[in-house]
Amino acid sequence: MSGVLWQLATGFATLSLIAVGGGIAVVPEMHRFTVEVHRWMSDAHFAQIFALAQAAPGPNVLVVGLIGWHVAGLSGMLVATLAMTGPSGLLAYGFARFRRRLAGAVWLRIAERGLVPVAVGLILSSGIILADAAARDWVAVAITAASTIFVWRTGHSPLWVLLAGAVIGAALW
Amino acid sequence: MSDDPTRPAPSLAGFALTYARIGLIGFGGVNAWARRVIVEERRWLTDVEYAEVLGLGQVLPGPNALNVAIQLGERWHGAAGAMLGPLALFSGPLAVLIGLATLHDIYGELPLVKAVLAGVASAAAGMIIGTALKMTGKIRPSAPQAIVGIAALIGSAVFRLPLPAVVLGLAPFGVAAAWLRERGR
Repeated sequence: MSGVLWQLATGFATLSLIAVGGGIAVVPEMHRFTVEVHRWMSDAHFAQIFALAQAAPGPNVLVVGLIGWHVAGLSGMLVATLAMTGPSGLLAYGFARFRRRLAGAVWLRIAERGLVPVAVGLILSSGIILADAAARDWVAVAITAASTIFVWRTGHSPLWVLLAGAVIGAALW
Repeated sequence: MSDDPTRPAPSLAGFALTYARIGLIGFGGVNAWARRVIVEERRWLTDVEYAEVLGLGQVLPGPNALNVAIQLGERWHGAAGAMLGPLALFSGPLAVLIGLATLHDIYGELPLVKAVLAGVASAAAGMIIGTALKMTGKIRPSAPQAIVGIAALIGSAVFRLPLPAVVLGLAPFGVAAAWLRERGR
């Protein structure tokens, strides 16, 4: 493996194992690693590919694929994605098997129920952090507010609000 | 997690295809979509069960959506499910991303492209907030549970505490709130 691929592999494998709370939680660390330590791209470029990963379908963590792509093309994309998902994935699998043996235990059920409000609070938080980053003007805030109400109060597919966001963005350009 | 024996488990193919679909329609982040498809459309899990799996996915390191796919795959189809779910979830979006990255290399600096991306980012943020509000309505938290949820929100969004600190610090209170609610039944 060439030097830069090795750096991608070791760097993201480490991030994978410390990314408690998910991919978005380690964005600051990803930024430090990509922009400050290795100087693979500028600050602005990092922000831009982050928005691109948001706009694309699939897990947000695929932003690491775009970083890998920028650094070393297709092989960089694959190495970075695999490194970010492999180590934590094995751990999650081991945990799932362990949990199965305990299934039915009352204390386990209560422990898991205990995480429910934390999980929902953190989803709300990541939405607010992203809304804050996207709030460049009042139009952006209005799009976020309308999209919130649409997804919250109706059963329609959220694809409509994403499409509307793209169209409004284009129309006001 | 109440592994309800009355509800049939999805077939392996059905599970993998559903996850492939979640990946490809998962604009703006997969968790909101995974909930919509698994809870509202397929009814494989209730909102509470989904939030439990997601909560575990948040405690475990790594991408939450991936951890959820692995937990559910393992639960319903063992090692095969734990492999196929994530593979299905990632392969479609990766193919799309190769195309997008190529286009972005060529057109990414155009103001129109930037404006469209900004509009999508704003809408995606609203989608995530709306999903959290919807889940809150379905879960009907007790007062202590609501306090734990709000504390998680404030710790993460306002004080920007590291997530391990938020999750591990609030877990005991969440468990106490769940225990109180259980006992009150």
